[in-house]
Amino acid sequence: MLFTSYEFLAFLALVFLAYYLLPKKTQWIVLLVSSYAFYALAGVEYLAFILFTTVTSFVVTRLMERVSNREKSYLAEVGDMLSKDERKAFKNKCKKRRFWILCLGLLLNFGVLAVLKYTAFAIVNVNSMLHGFGVESTLSIPSLILPLGISFYTFQTMGYLIDVYRQKAEAIKNPFKLALFVSFFPQLIQGPISRASDLAPQLTEPHRFERRNFTYGAQRILWGYFKKLVIADRVLVAVNTMIESPEEFRGAYVFLLIILYSIQIYADFTGGIDITIGIAEALGIKLAENFKRPFSSRSTKEYWNRWHITMGSWFTDYVFYPISVSRPMLAISKKSRAWFGKKIGKRIPVYLATIVTWFLTGLWHGAGWNFIVWGLLNCLVILVSQELEPLYSKFEHRFPKLHASSTYGAFMSIRTFLLMGLIRSLDCYRNVPMTFSMWGSMFTEFDLPSVLGEGLLSLGLGLSDYIIVGLGCALMFAVSRAGKDVSVRERLYDRPVLSWSLFGTLFILIIMFGAYSVGYDASQFIYNQF
Amino acid sequence: MKKRIFVAVSAILVICVLLTFLGALVIPKYTDNKEGALVGEYYAEAGGHDVLFIGDCEVYESIVPAVLWEKYGINSYVRGSAQQLVWQSYYLLEDTLRYEKPKAVVYNVMALKYGEPQREEYNRMTIDGMKWSSSKVGAINASMTEEESFVEYVFPLLRFHSRITALTADDLKYAFETPKVSHNGYLMQTGIVPRTDFSEGFSEDDYIFSENAIKYLDMMREKCEDNGIEFILMKAPTNLWRYWWHDEWETQVVEYADKYDLKYYNFIPLEKEIGIDWNTDTYDKGAHLNVYGAEKFTEYFGAILADEFSLPDRRADTALSEAWDVRLEKYYYERNNGGK
Amino acid sequence: MEKLIEILNELHDDVDFESENALVDDGILDSLDIVTLVTEIDSEFDVRIPPEEIVPENFNSAAALWELIQKLDEA
Repeated sequence: MLFTSYEFLAFLALVFLAYYLLPKKTQWIVLLVSSYAFYALAGVEYLAFILFTTVTSFVVTRLMERVSNREKSYLAEVGDMLSKDERKAFKNKCKKRRFWILCLGLLLNFGVLAVLKYTAFAIVNVNSMLHGFGVESTLSIPSLILPLGISFYTFQTMGYLIDVYRQKAEAIKNPFKLALFVSFFPQLIQGPISRASDLAPQLTEPHRFERRNFTYGAQRILWGYFKKLVIADRVLVAVNTMIESPEEFRGAYVFLLIILYSIQIYADFTGGIDITIGIAEALGIKLAENFKRPFSSRSTKEYWNRWHITMGSWFTDYVFYPISVSRPMLAISKKSRAWFGKKIGKRIPVYLATIVTWFLTGLWHGAGWNFIVWGLLNCLVILVSQELEPLYSKFEHRFPKLHASSTYGAFMSIRTFLLMGLIRSLDCYRNVPMTFSMWGSMFTEFDLPSVLGEGLLSLGLGLSDYIIVGLGCALMFAVSRAGKDVSVRERLYDRPVLSWSLFGTLFILIIMFGAYSVGYDASQFIYNQF
Repeated sequence: MKKRIFVAVSAILVICVLLTFLGALVIPKYTDNKEGALVGEYYAEAGGHDVLFIGDCEVYESIVPAVLWEKYGINSYVRGSAQQLVWQSYYLLEDTLRYEKPKAVVYNVMALKYGEPQREEYNRMTIDGMKWSSSKVGAINASMTEEESFVEYVFPLLRFHSRITALTADDLKYAFETPKVSHNGYLMQTGIVPRTDFSEGFSEDDYIFSENAIKYLDMMREKCEDNGIEFILMKAPTNLWRYWWHDEWETQVVEYADKYDLKYYNFIPLEKEIGIDWNTDTYDKGAHLNVYGAEKFTEYFGAILADEFSLPDRRADTALSEAWDVRLEKYYYERNNGGK
Repeated sequence: MEKLIEILNELHDDVDFESENALVDDGILDSLDIVTLVTEIDSEFDVRIPPEEIVPENFNSAAALWELIQKLDEA
């Protein structure tokens, strides 16, 4: 059930009715039932996987909690009689025990994810290696299902496991409440990846109907649909046309693709997240923001603090820090300081951890070399700009006026936008050598005039579509700027006439200019004479 | 609080009005592709017909009610539509029976070859014109292709909204009322493009009519039985290779008619007797009849209907006669002015 | 404490670490800085900061960080 289907809207209406009409005590049950219904509609067989994650997580967190409860009661009982070292040793023993329980949980769940998502990719690579060694036989690729949203719910739940291990979150005692945390339907498909301590309590506490929450939620949902239906799904037609025939659309088309794909993915992803957060908000639940005006970022590092924030912070907290401050890494750091001197030595842990993190981030996005290369290129850009930092600051000190000017800011934002778009185009072609050759073609066959002339109209979109996209982007930009400091919805809240006029217009715009239904491709309206 | 509610209610009202207007604007007007207007035109004329013709283009381009009236005094209506599928014919029959009870219903058998929903735009042309009733609901559910959704039939705006960027002057002019295009369901074609190709059609993989098609044929037959209506089967005299009527199909229809004691008329072998001249009587190289062919055919078929089913001659009915005089005038005007 | 300020100043010489108390929240310290900091602290004070202690509250000010180091040193 896609967000952009009539079924989903009907489903949503039912959920809201049940949620606010049934007794407040049962609200979380309504959410659990809706979430499982939502997931079952995507594929009944998927339920087995999400149940597996739920059950193993429940057992693992309860076990960890039992260990720490025993630890506490033991220390309370006899703690005074122990020496400081004995206490420390006991604590460490318990921590180790919890650590192994955690490992079991992580292994089971990441194991399932790895098998389902990466088996085919691994076998393809093994086969080509075997081939390289002259081995004729090849391994066959099993056909495995990939449950909807498995990367998202696995990450969210494993974050919870680690938090329980770190004693930052309490183990959820009711397995059904845990099931809801794992499966909460608005964020099941594309996140945001929430933290247990933020989300879990909100999911199960009662929520009174509040006009403000509901209005904000509804408005945000509407805005999300605008981005998705009017802009993203329309641009998608042109993007797909170019991706499907790469030989035909080279040179300046690649540049066009980078721009259009950036628009498409931004509108689609942030729009989807708007819908998700809006639904939660209307239910009285506050989810973490996933985007903060990412395209205004002035550097790649900044961009990754503003784009897909919850994923980035997941990797930072659960991958980057644990690796970079792990004992072996600290040992490496000490050794490298001794060998290479302080300057290089202190960079080694950061570099290694950054590379590993980005490799995994790439892999998380999909099983393919293009995703890995994508991750590593991001990493490269971040590290290189880190190294160039002193150079930049010298430049800034030399030309303070220029640096402070808004033109220079815009230049940096545009540069980051284009650079990220360029790297992101790996995602389009899904083929690393081809992507590189397409990038090359931008320098050798760049014929912008012909692309901007008839080229634009050969991509399945008409002039009116480009006008709509252009105006839509202008609106997105304006709204994003207007909401920089104070949310647009807040400004409108006490002005019902203005608010209704704006959102009513937005609704009509979605209905009239949304790229939905059988015939959004206008060419389908040419009825043939029978 | 009161103000808020007032604003909300009036805003919703304004939005509804706007959307209604926009909907009227973007819905196809079928001023060029007139087939799409046929089904909706019926309601203004509903009632008092003695014969009802249902089926695809082979009825609405072959049967001329004006001829049936002039020659035999038979008051008839054609509820045909482009690529009308069997279930759509059934539901149109059901729909018609809400307004009147004819003495005979003639069904053209060509569409029996389709057992599955076919094309979205033809579904639209048949169904959108129907007034809301359980018959329309049934027709939608039976006809939808996988990409369609019911709610888009309830709110056609959702389906046609993207025409907003391709509106023509006609869309505004005919937003709320479209001109009449047919003559009691007959869609006149005055062009002449002779038939040159007399080859046979390609063979099919499977000639057996699907269960689904027969199911709805049964339902039509039973509906007629229940209402004491004579159910008659026909095959129009056209038989171009693209729309070839296979012998295997013929056999099944003949068997079906025998089994239930129905009259079935296949006019393909009778083209000489009817007097059809493929040099002058078709507008599209033989696929369909033009007005000259249709008149000849209707006159021939009308004699059978009048004789064998003793349909009444109503020319003595002055009110009806007067109404028909108006229709005939329009009919001949269009005929003599090359379809204008 | 002085040693800590020295380490911090090596990272960013243009920040007054004695008074600043939103180092992470205001984006002065990013994740790369924090890791560098943790490794420096490890080598200078022989105190290992475990990943679960890497939260904004512990890194927002030099004072908070110093407190953390002392707490970990004692435990």
